[in-house]
Amino acid sequence: MSLPGYNFAYLDEQTKRMIRRALLKAVAIPGYQVPFASREMPLAYGWGTGGMQVTAAVIGPDDVLKVIDQGADDTTNAVSIRRFFALTAGVRTTERTVEATIIQTRHRIPETPLTAGQILVYQVPQPEPLRKLEPRETETRRMHALAEYGLMHVKLYEDIARHGRITLSYDYPVLVNGRHVMAPSPIPSFDNPKMHRSPALQLFGAGREKRIYAVPPYTSVESLAFEDHPFHPWKANAPCGLCGATDSYLDEVVVDDRGGRLFVCSDTDHCTTRRAAGHRGAAAGHALAGAGE
Amino acid sequence: MSDAPLLSVRELTVRFGRTLAVDRASFELWPGEVLAIVGESGSGKTSLLRAVHGDLPADGGRVQYRLDDGAPVALDALPEPMRRQLARTQWGFVHQNPRDGLRMSVSAGGNVGERLMAAGARHWGGIRAEATEWLRRVEIDPARIDDPPRTYSGGMQQRLQIARVLVTRPRLVLMDEPTGGLDVSVQARLLDLIRRLVSDLGLSVVIVTHDLAVARLLADRMLVMQGGRIVEAGLTDQVLDDPQHPYSQLLVSSVLQA
Ligand SMILES: Nc1ncnc2c1ncn2[C@@H]1O[C@H](COP(=O)(O)OP(=O)(O)OP(=O)(O)O)[C@@H](O)[C@H]1O
Ligand SMILES: [Mg+2]
Ligand SMILES: [Zn+2]
Repeated sequence: MSLPGYNFAYLDEQTKRMIRRALLKAVAIPGYQVPFASREMPLAYGWGTGGMQVTAAVIGPDDVLKVIDQGADDTTNAVSIRRFFALTAGVRTTERTVEATIIQTRHRIPETPLTAGQILVYQVPQPEPLRKLEPRETETRRMHALAEYGLMHVKLYEDIARHGRITLSYDYPVLVNGRHVMAPSPIPSFDNPKMHRSPALQLFGAGREKRIYAVPPYTSVESLAFEDHPFHPWKANAPCGLCGATDSYLDEVVVDDRGGRLFVCSDTDHCTTRRAAGHRGAAAGHALAGAGE
Repeated sequence: MSDAPLLSVRELTVRFGRTLAVDRASFELWPGEVLAIVGESGSGKTSLLRAVHGDLPADGGRVQYRLDDGAPVALDALPEPMRRQLARTQWGFVHQNPRDGLRMSVSAGGNVGERLMAAGARHWGGIRAEATEWLRRVEIDPARIDDPPRTYSGGMQQRLQIARVLVTRPRLVLMDEPTGGLDVSVQARLLDLIRRLVSDLGLSVVIVTHDLAVARLLADRMLVMQGGRIVEAGLTDQVLDDPQHPYSQLLVSSVLQA
């Protein structure tokens, strides 16, 4: 049941059609930023309004929605976006990656490999990967049009010159379909390989910057690097304290006021699922694991 | 010098609103030749150079360039990606103000390496070695390779700009008053360097200058511009020793009086 007084999924049909047209264009040209007339949402810019508009344009009554923020389903922002679509579209929501048909995300790609038919919607603060190096929009547009991407490697060159290695670990630029350089949004570079030839449809919405872009299923997504400094996805060198996973992206959390720290999976669904299957980390049973433990 | 010009400019015209900045300018540049363009402020030197380079759309005329394989191409007939690629690899433009030719917040090494990376270089160590070598060639201490140009003196910035352009071994270099705004002693050192690089690399150069001494020192031939028109052209020594056009005569006599 959707909320009376609102159109299905909040946006009016004409706006949704406009966004879908932008999405179709984005899917047709992987990694290309399509301008769109971003609308006001009942949330401030910076809280995922771009992602919400994309979700509103693609969601149907039979969809099952999951929303994550830093990998967690239970942050205030994730909860409020989930509740928003439960109310305005009457859709079922879930915290389980495998049950979801649409996953709206900020900062992470789920650890559980996505499957064909699933849609991952990214909330994007800055869609232009060249912006910090080239502030002029006319120039960056020309660079994309002519595939003049030398500047992107200048940025990585500088990183290595300064630190002896590539230290960039978030929003790490990728080359999509061998043609367009794209900002993957502020996900850790650890997640970049998950984008490559993913069976899921990946859609990106930047509300404040009014841009939409996409990576269709099974598209090549290559992280930029040098021959002698290959791409190296960074992750803390520790197992998850709760579930013992050694292959998931970890957050370091302070667990007491004596400076005690613990590494735990940033993907809460992944960690919970593993614990339910009997996996145990060194700090299993810690209060952090939640009431369910 | 070979038997066909590298660059052939015909009736090139540039307008800014009602200002006729360049009025049907024609000239040729031969392989290995240095051509100076002189003339008073506002006479159209920069506009002519930028129109030749393709940064400024021409309102008439054409520029023809001879490719590596000897085939002449009309620049306005080239698709933009190809023209830009040509400008990035086979051509170089040295701006009067280094701010226009350098990325001030990127290290010297990154500035020199940019054109290599744009051309597809993907070996960090190789790019760095090449940048180091070019800093040395323009007399910048390679220990400064990781410093941004804003920490460099004016003369060093200008030499860095030259290294950034020459790293791809261009055949044609366009320079707009490269020594303008520098102290006299710094100018002399830069001119020496340019002269050496031009002859070592066999560059073809068009250099815009206010300074007839610069033309005398560097150029095989020169053009004199006044009010957007080329009023005199010839061998440098001929024009400077025996100017024919009244404006050239005025220009030369003003130097002799000074
Ligand atoms: N961007 C512009 N917009 C309008 N007019 C311009 C522009 N650039 C140049 N002009 C005009 O075109 C004419 C030629 O200018 P140009 O800069 O080519 O001269 P110049 O010979 O390079 O002078 P200088 O020696 O001072 O650098 C001048 O009248 C100038 O005012
Ligand atoms: Mg000028
Ligand atoms: Zn875990």
